[in-house]
Amino acid sequence: MNEKPQAPAIEGWFTMDDKPRLIGTQCCACGTYFFPKQQRYCKNPDCDSTDFREVQLSRTGRVWSYTNACYKPPAPFVAAEPFEPYTIAAVTLEEEQMTVLGQVVTGVNVSDLKVGMAMELVLEPLHETDDDIKMTWKWRPLAEQGEQH
Amino acid sequence: MSNDIAIIGAGMHPWGKWGHNFVEYGVAAAREALADAGIPWRDVGFVSGGATVRCGYPGYVAGATFAQALGWQGCEVNTSYAACASGSQALAAARNKILAGACDVALVIGADTTPKGFLAPAGGYRPEDPDWVRFYLGITNPTYFALYARRRMDLYGDTLEDFAAVKVKNSLIGSKNPRARYRKCFTAEDVAASAMVADPLRLMDICATSDGGAALIICSADYARRIGKADAPRIAAISTVTPSFASAVVEMPDIATDSAAAAGIEAHSFRAALPVKAYEEAGIGPEDVDVAEVYDLSTALELDWIEDLQLAPRGEAAQLLRRGDTAVGGRIPVNPSGGLACFGEAVPAQALAQVCELTWQLRGECGDRQVAGARVGITANQGLFGHGSSVIIKR
Repeated sequence: MNEKPQAPAIEGWFTMDDKPRLIGTQCCACGTYFFPKQQRYCKNPDCDSTDFREVQLSRTGRVWSYTNACYKPPAPFVAAEPFEPYTIAAVTLEEEQMTVLGQVVTGVNVSDLKVGMAMELVLEPLHETDDDIKMTWKWRPLAEQGEQH
Repeated sequence: MSNDIAIIGAGMHPWGKWGHNFVEYGVAAAREALADAGIPWRDVGFVSGGATVRCGYPGYVAGATFAQALGWQGCEVNTSYAACASGSQALAAARNKILAGACDVALVIGADTTPKGFLAPAGGYRPEDPDWVRFYLGITNPTYFALYARRRMDLYGDTLEDFAAVKVKNSLIGSKNPRARYRKCFTAEDVAASAMVADPLRLMDICATSDGGAALIICSADYARRIGKADAPRIAAISTVTPSFASAVVEMPDIATDSAAAAGIEAHSFRAALPVKAYEEAGIGPEDVDVAEVYDLSTALELDWIEDLQLAPRGEAAQLLRRGDTAVGGRIPVNPSGGLACFGEAVPAQALAQVCELTWQLRGECGDRQVAGARVGITANQGLFGHGSSVIIKR
């Protein structure tokens, strides 16, 4: 339906493949993860390292909480006309012990979600420009979902 | 404690959307506080202002701006910026000045004029700015409040009716507060009929921004005694601690929390940490508290604060609410001023407004809003960038 090329909405924040991952950093001394990337100083109060490696974060996690946006946010958000409400989730990554916000894929509503649900990272369009389709990460419920916390 | 600092005067310009210069609100609040204390402006040795970042240069140097407006009289000045905790930080600076013996009497002021409509970040492509990133991705302020609210529903069984009941409670008591901006009594039906903003929060669950000004006159115990106000309410504690890494709650404007993956690092809640230091400093516990003023940026957030202040075990605040415990006349009244639900937020003035309300409550001057026999009050608020505060006053 659309021949424009896809481009990341924010350059270097996630991979652009079928199994996308967020790109963060990890402190080489203490192991703390950072997203967005942190490469100059470690925020762990017990660590003064300035040595970081780029890492891809876990693709899956569990819902910490969720909501939606019923009103069009102000710029720099680029809204479709007419504005379509979208769902948002905060998802906790177990390995990284960190919670990451993001929109939830189109078609999934607040009533479909629950704290503790397993989610995976996918890419969807955020908005279009004249030249390309800006893609962003979104959370999607994992298909094989059990009642788990 | 002989080191206690007395609050001998409190004053507020009514909250609203007046559109006047913020200095006007601050001066009105200061004059009311001076009159309340019954002391001359020339007795004030230190003016401590909460900065406003929305009103240009005079707002950045608010302490000097207010001192000049009241008439230069050679006192020293200070300006504090700490987001929603600016007023508390200005109060702490004034208390420390007095405790250090550098002055007897200080005036603490915060005032703001708020713009209409959304606060939006600067344009362009600026992924290094977390505020730009989250708006670009569609994450607004109500998103964060709604995430906290929804988590309460899933973990503790709170309901939309509970959140509406907070609004109903606060609007009922706030209707009796002449300084409040919104003085209409709302019903649960009114709340349910308002537009959904960020599920589960509706328009009437979320506080507005307001113009307003608040001021306090504080002094040494000696000075209070000399002017016959030895029994004035005392500042028992001021906590303005930062969060502890790793902060486990996703906070405005961030897109992610800290990581608690490193050895020896645990996940912490910032809100819960704020009153801990205040209780320690005051040498009291939550069981000693008679009344609380908390930062109800949303209805659901009032319930979080009740638990953060340890006035209820985690997850049980809604039970207090349902029993009527948090209403005036109940066991532990929360937001007898009407809270942000009735005031709207005037950032540099709000933490001081909380202390003004407690001052009047502890003096027994609140009329229809009075918490009977209140002797100990606590405030709590949290703002952006690791700023927050909790103040305990007692009589």
